[in-house]
Amino acid sequence: MKVPYSWMAEYCDPGLEPGVLAERLAMTGTEVERVARVGPPDPSGFVIGVVSEAGSHPDADRLSVCQVEVGDGLRTIVCGAPNVAAGQTVVVALPGAVMPDGNRIRKAKLRGVASEGMICSEVELGLGTESDGIMVLEEGLAAPGTPAAEVLALDEAVLELEVTPNRTDCFSVYGVAREAQAITGAELAPPPWQGPEVQTGGAVEAVVSVTVEDPEMCPRFTARAFTDVTIAPSPKWLQSRLVAAGQRPINNVVDITNYVMLLTGQPLHAFDLDLVPGGELTVRSAIEGERITTLDGIERELKPGMVLVCDRNGPAAIAGIMGGSVSEVSDSTTSVLLEAATWKGPNILKSSRELNLRSEASARFEKQLHPALAERAQIVAGKLFTEICGATVVEGMVDVSVGMPESRELKLRGGRVERILGMEIAIDEQAEALERLGFGVERDGSDLVITVPPDRYFDVTREIDLVEEVGRVNDLDRRLPATLPAGSDAVGGLSRQQTLQRRAEDSLRETGLNEIVGWSFTDPGEAARLRIAAPDPRATPVTLSNPLSEDQSVMRTTLLGSLLGAAQRNLSRGAERVGLFESGRVYLPAADVGPGPLGGDFPGKRRAPANELQHLAALVTGPLDPPSWSDTREAADFYALKGVLERLGAGLGVPLTVRPGEQPFLHPGRCGEVLASGSSLGWIGEIHPAIASEWDLVNCLAFEIELAGLLEASPLGNEVYEDFTPFPPVDRDVAVVIADEVAAGEVLAAVREAGGPLLVDTAIFDVYRGKGIAEDEKSIALRLRFRAADRTLSDEEVDPAWKAVVSALEGLGGRLRG
Amino acid sequence: MPSMVDRIEQIEAGGRQAVSAAASAAELEEVRVTWLGRKAELTAILRGIADLEPAERGPVGGAANRTRKALEAQIEERGAELAAAELETGLVEDRIDVTLPGSPARAVGHLHPITRTRRLIEDVMVGLGYRVMEGPEVEHDFYNFTALNHPEDHPARMLQDTFYVDPAGPVEAGDGPRDVLLRTHTSPMQVRAMEAAPPPIFMIVPGKTYRRDSDATHSPMFHQVEGLAVGEGITLADLKGTLLAMLREIFGPDREIRMRPHFFPFTEPSVEFDVSCFRCSGTGTLNDSSRCGLCKGIGWIELGGAGMVDPNVFGFVSDSGYDSDQITGFAFGFGIERIAMLRHGVGDLRLFFDNDVRLLEQFS
Ligand SMILES: [Zn+2]
Repeated sequence: MKVPYSWMAEYCDPGLEPGVLAERLAMTGTEVERVARVGPPDPSGFVIGVVSEAGSHPDADRLSVCQVEVGDGLRTIVCGAPNVAAGQTVVVALPGAVMPDGNRIRKAKLRGVASEGMICSEVELGLGTESDGIMVLEEGLAAPGTPAAEVLALDEAVLELEVTPNRTDCFSVYGVAREAQAITGAELAPPPWQGPEVQTGGAVEAVVSVTVEDPEMCPRFTARAFTDVTIAPSPKWLQSRLVAAGQRPINNVVDITNYVMLLTGQPLHAFDLDLVPGGELTVRSAIEGERITTLDGIERELKPGMVLVCDRNGPAAIAGIMGGSVSEVSDSTTSVLLEAATWKGPNILKSSRELNLRSEASARFEKQLHPALAERAQIVAGKLFTEICGATVVEGMVDVSVGMPESRELKLRGGRVERILGMEIAIDEQAEALERLGFGVERDGSDLVITVPPDRYFDVTREIDLVEEVGRVNDLDRRLPATLPAGSDAVGGLSRQQTLQRRAEDSLRETGLNEIVGWSFTDPGEAARLRIAAPDPRATPVTLSNPLSEDQSVMRTTLLGSLLGAAQRNLSRGAERVGLFESGRVYLPAADVGPGPLGGDFPGKRRAPANELQHLAALVTGPLDPPSWSDTREAADFYALKGVLERLGAGLGVPLTVRPGEQPFLHPGRCGEVLASGSSLGWIGEIHPAIASEWDLVNCLAFEIELAGLLEASPLGNEVYEDFTPFPPVDRDVAVVIADEVAAGEVLAAVREAGGPLLVDTAIFDVYRGKGIAEDEKSIALRLRFRAADRTLSDEEVDPAWKAVVSALEGLGGRLRG
Repeated sequence: MPSMVDRIEQIEAGGRQAVSAAASAAELEEVRVTWLGRKAELTAILRGIADLEPAERGPVGGAANRTRKALEAQIEERGAELAAAELETGLVEDRIDVTLPGSPARAVGHLHPITRTRRLIEDVMVGLGYRVMEGPEVEHDFYNFTALNHPEDHPARMLQDTFYVDPAGPVEAGDGPRDVLLRTHTSPMQVRAMEAAPPPIFMIVPGKTYRRDSDATHSPMFHQVEGLAVGEGITLADLKGTLLAMLREIFGPDREIRMRPHFFPFTEPSVEFDVSCFRCSGTGTLNDSSRCGLCKGIGWIELGGAGMVDPNVFGFVSDSGYDSDQITGFAFGFGIERIAMLRHGVGDLRLFFDNDVRLLEQFS
């Protein structure tokens, strides 16, 4: 909302610099985007002149040489405008004046004739958007030499307000004036609609009739008629106010409707009454396929639900949004039907969005206006039609209405303001604040009984809304203390899972990986590119109905896509080393809705619509270490990433095991399932080369695990000390030759199982294939450590366990090596 | 002719001189062979003692043995000296170029700036007595809008602004085609948390949020932190104090806060809050008297929205012990990216989701 300062000041002049008022407005709830200026940066140098002579230029057909009286005598000014003529009252920019576009006026010779200034047009002065020549003022408007700023809004400050959607009252100049009064205490002039009411019915009913088919969509429709209308440009003062407020002057009738809308907040629409057959209007919903050409010349297709104002032949206006060209006011118009209606706001918003057509009118109607405003606008417009268009008012007003909403009374209980705000505001101050804001106020003991005015009807509906009003106009910004909640015995903290999640993330960071934050959405083809297919739940993503783009139209079911994408981007930009991880959610079908992201349901009575699990995933391609002059680094292999995974587990005290597994996107021979205490957490492996190449990657290792399971397995913080023994261990090494397909994990498990309580540690220290070993076999060397807590073991004591280990190895088809 | 004993003394003097003069282990070995070896004079004397007169055997034998021991001891001592010197020399020659770069340890990785900022905010709020909670991102309209006092036809509910989830997909569909959406703010957790537990509640909710917007300052996915404090006697002044304490931890102890009345459907009164600019100390002007670019010369930086929980919101959780005549509370929300951008001078929001390691590695 653009509010020319002088216009507002006609109703309330707080006597403040516009910038200072803007600051106060911002601090009381109405953001001021900026204080703009209309016209030249400095109005000095612009004076009123009277053209006493206008002759042709000796050497240029299109130029006139004028003698202009500017107060201190005649000046010769060369003018290029076709409309310049003797006797005109004009604005002259004297040498030294700076134009809005930054040009400075100088004495100059134009085709040999010295010119001492410039006669200005509206556009040149920044007062208009188009002009056919110089601006010609009313004769006798001011004496020659009068500073132009005294008669024109040359030095106009314009407050550009960012009004919050609840404050429909501030979409009007008078509403902003009332607000200025409320926050500064300056006096407020009576509203421009004050005066005798317009009588409903009357002569107008002979020329205009209105039928409202859907009163819910149109709670009130008022219409007045004017005859003997003379269409002409509006007076300069009106034009310059419109321009300053951001509107283009068109003609007096249209300008009046815009002016009244800006002043009162109620949009109006003027029909050429002679182009409305029989003066009959019907308000109804559009019919499928119906079309209308709006005032902007565009033909628009309408849909049922959009409300129209129709004449006998069809649509004449899209209600509350834009009029139709069929009954547009033109130069030949002589009588006008003036509509001021109330529309159902949400429907206007919906229709304007569907039509992709917003107007000053729809911006106001969509926020819901009170029906009382319609009459106000008719009163103000009626006066202007008479004054400006020389129109005759047809007596009375057509008023089709479901009636006014019941007036609203609210109670503001004593002590309530203090209880909410935490600062004391005396009851008298409260009452005064509300009165200044236009509320009716009566005392009832320590309470206030408040009547809400129409301007605030849909905004102030409860006691709490009054508390806000009282607070904001009582210097909340300066007076509100800063305290902390009293008597709070709340203990803050991270949950155990949150603490462990941080540790898990830190642990991956410490192994050299960089954390990424990937998009939650992905493209629907990603699952297929990863060869994930139903019935795998990852193939059935949560899908958006209205994505911004196809490649962000489903929610991810794995973090792998984000990591592959980030790796691809970084490598293509020349990154040396790509080791990435992400700690984020995946979104799985609700069919297996279970725990929240870290285990345990989300709070609340309704279950979450999808199954959101926190995952931890890493991806490495190329060496894990940074480059160095001293050695050649090797690209990370499966075991390098498995080391990272094991360290992640160790950081949380969880021994992670990996057994051969299967994932559609992994190298079938390098693919493991990750387990903690026997339950599956996820996968680790080498990305299938054919899949990696889709992301321009080679030799790419990754894992992805579900965080909740990992955290649940963690004993961190609950460890129990175990005494360590002073007695020495007995170490025995064994090498077993065994078939290649027997996994090392199986060998270890068998040995541990067989070794009994004395076997405290088993480790693989060598795996050998090659000379001396059959092609389909390998040799695994193990170190076994036996120990008892209470004594030094003798060989005789170790032997039974050892024999059990040996026979377990033989049970796997192995044989001891020499 | 000098006595044999005199001769032995001469040998000892000569031997000592030779030992001292030995300049290397090799020379010292030569000295040992010369003076104590098989062919040495002293060895010959010792060997010839038996042939001497009985009266001479004692004195000569004694002198010769003493001299041999003395020389042996001196050789050993000199040998140790020489070895130490040679070691030093050898070490000096065994030099390396200490100016070459070190062999790198395993590189340390970096947390994403959003994670770091989120943790900072969490830690500050934990210190103020808050718990950290998380809510679903795929959410019901009820929690995202209805229970937060958004009217049925609120503009935010339009398809243009909010991502809706296809109810035909694998979701727990609710009441109609627009029931399931991607939460547009972290505020739905206000209602979930109040449904789940009676007052008092002091919690923050960090997490991802979604809006249909994409440019340098809007991302369809972004992160917010919600705060909620509900109990008896909680006021707007408490909101101001809490935000001030938080902002001072994040932006420095000299910061001030400013609250401007505003409008949100689920708080009343509602405010927007600003922090005084930490680059120009709230003056809007830098030391070189140029305009501060961070706050655009205003001295204040806009951070987020807040307010007192609207009684209508309490109305949705009255079953759980929330009566707006007894209970008051405040809520606030702000963007994590916004804080990260301000603290680290990142100009374009989209950089956070591009995940270029050249950005990530700047934050350690
Ligand atoms: Zn600044």
